[in-house]
Amino acid sequence: MDALDTLLAPVRDFLGPVWLPAWTLVKIAVLVVPLIIAVAYLTLVERKVIGWMQVRIGPNRVGPLGLLQPFADTFKLIFKEIVVPTGSNRYLFFIAPLLSIGPAVAAWAVVPLTDRLVVADVDAGLLYLLAMTSLGVYGIILAGWASNSKYAFLGALRSAAQIVSYEIAMGFALVAVLMCANSLNLREIVAGQEGGAAYWYLWPLLPMFVVYITAGIAETNRHPFDLAEGESEIVAGFHVEYSGVTFAIFFLAEYMNMILIATLASVMFLGGWLSPFPILNDWTVFGFAPFGDGLGWLGAKVAFVLLIFLWVRATFPRYRYDQVMRLGWKVFIPLTLVWIVFIGAMMQTRYAPLFH
Amino acid sequence: MTFANAVWYLFAAILVFAALRVITVKNPVHAALWLVLSFFSAAAIWLMLGAEFLAIALVLVYVGAVMVRFLFVIMMLDVDFDDLRRHFKSYIPVGATVGGLVLVEMILVVVAGAKDAAGGGSLPAGSNTKALGRLLYVDYVYPFELAAVLLLIAIVAAIALTWRRRKDTRRQDPGEQVKVKRGDRVRLIAMPAEKRER
Repeated sequence: MDALDTLLAPVRDFLGPVWLPAWTLVKIAVLVVPLIIAVAYLTLVERKVIGWMQVRIGPNRVGPLGLLQPFADTFKLIFKEIVVPTGSNRYLFFIAPLLSIGPAVAAWAVVPLTDRLVVADVDAGLLYLLAMTSLGVYGIILAGWASNSKYAFLGALRSAAQIVSYEIAMGFALVAVLMCANSLNLREIVAGQEGGAAYWYLWPLLPMFVVYITAGIAETNRHPFDLAEGESEIVAGFHVEYSGVTFAIFFLAEYMNMILIATLASVMFLGGWLSPFPILNDWTVFGFAPFGDGLGWLGAKVAFVLLIFLWVRATFPRYRYDQVMRLGWKVFIPLTLVWIVFIGAMMQTRYAPLFH
Repeated sequence: MTFANAVWYLFAAILVFAALRVITVKNPVHAALWLVLSFFSAAAIWLMLGAEFLAIALVLVYVGAVMVRFLFVIMMLDVDFDDLRRHFKSYIPVGATVGGLVLVEMILVVVAGAKDAAGGGSLPAGSNTKALGRLLYVDYVYPFELAAVLLLIAIVAAIALTWRRRKDTRRQDPGEQVKVKRGDRVRLIAMPAEKRER
C-alpha cells in the first residue's frame, strides 16, 4: 500500500483538487466490478449446487462445465424488450430498480475486506450499514406500486412488512456484536476477534449468529422467506411486470445483498479476514504467508455462509405469511433482547473476558 | 470554493427543491417520496457538518422505518383528487395560521440564534457517536430511561385501545400445532394381507 502511495504521488500532485473524487471513483470501480462478476457466478453456483442437491446436473451447456452460463443469461436479459404496463407510473417504474440497486452497492463502502482494503473507514460503520440495508425496501415497494398490478402490489406490501420486521431483530443482533467489540467500526470489530477461531464472536454470540443469518435471508427476500415473490400465490410478486434489464437489476440487487449479508456475517461473527489458526501466519514462502490473514480467508468464510443460503433454499419449504411474522416478532426479537441483557450482565462478572 | 463546499450546496439545493415538491405535487405517494428525498439530503448535510450519528439515525429511523409505514398506508388509500380539490378552500384558514406561526417561530430562532452561533456550536473532539452515547447513557440516563418507558406505555396503550378479537374469524395457534403428536392425527389399523384372486 505504501509502495502504491509513492507510485501515485505524481498523479495526485497533477490532479490537485480533482484528486480526491477521482481516487474515490477508482476505489469504487475496483470494488464494484469484481462484485458484479461475483454476483454473476453466484447465480451459476446457486443453480449448480441446488442441482447437485436434487441429483441433477445443473446448467452445463454454455461453455465448459456451463461456466459461461451467467454471460448468456446477462446478454439474453439485455436484449429483451422492456415492457411498460399500461396505467403504470412511468417514472417510478424505472426509478424503482435503481432504488433497489443503489443502497445494495452503497453499503459496500464501509465493508473492510482486509486490514487496509476499505473504501471508507468510518467510525459509525455499523450504523451506516443498518441505514443502507433499510433503504433497499423502497425499490421493492415502489416497484410494486408503480406497476399498477394487484399481484405486484401484494408482493410489495408483504415484502415491506417483512423487511421492516426483521430489521429490528437484525439490529439487535448487531447491538450484541458492538457490545462485545466496544466499537461501531467494522475494522475494529474484526481486530477484537484476533487470536484464532476460539476468539471469534461466533461462540459467545451463537444465538445472535443464527438470528442474523436467518434475518439476513428474510431481509434479502430469499427462500424460505420469499413471500414477496411467492410464485404459487402471487405469480412473482413485486417484479411481475418487469422484464429485460429492469428485471436483471432487481436480480443483481438481491444477489449483491446476499453477498453483503454473508460478508457481514463473516466480518462480525467469523473473524473476517483473520486466519482461524494464527500459527499459519508464521509459515511463509518467500516472505509471504499463503494461509495467513488476508482476503483468502474472508473469501472462504463468505463462500461458506453463501453455501448455507443455498442449502437452506434447497431444503426448506416456503413459510406461510403469519408464520414469518410470528418468527420475527415473537421468537427472534425476545431472543435477541434476552441475549443482550445476558451479555450485559455477564460483562459485569469475572467471566467478562469470555465476551470480549 | 472547495469540493466539500460544492457538495454541501448541491445537497442544500436538493433539500429545498424536494421540500417544495412535497407540498406542490398532487399525488400523495409522490409527496411522500419527495419527503424521503428531503430527509435524505438533510442527513447528508448533517453528515458533512460532522454529526454522523444524527445523520445516520435520521436515515435509519425516518427514511428506513417511518416513511416506509407512511407509504404503506398512503398506497392503500383510495385517493379522490376531485374531492381533495373541492375542500381546498375550507382548509386555507387553518393552513395559513399554522404556516404563519411556524414561519414566525423560524424567523425568531434564526434572528436570536445568530448572536449565539459564534460562541456555541463547538463539537466535542473524537467520535461524535461516543460523545452522544456518553451523554445519553451516563450523564442523563434516568431522564432518558424515563422517556423510553413513557414511549413504551404509549405503545401498549395504543394497542390496548385498538385491539379487538373478532369471534367469527378462524385463527391458528402455532403452539397447538407444534404440540400435535403423531398419535393424535394418525391411526394405524392392522389389516390381514389378502390373497389376489386370479
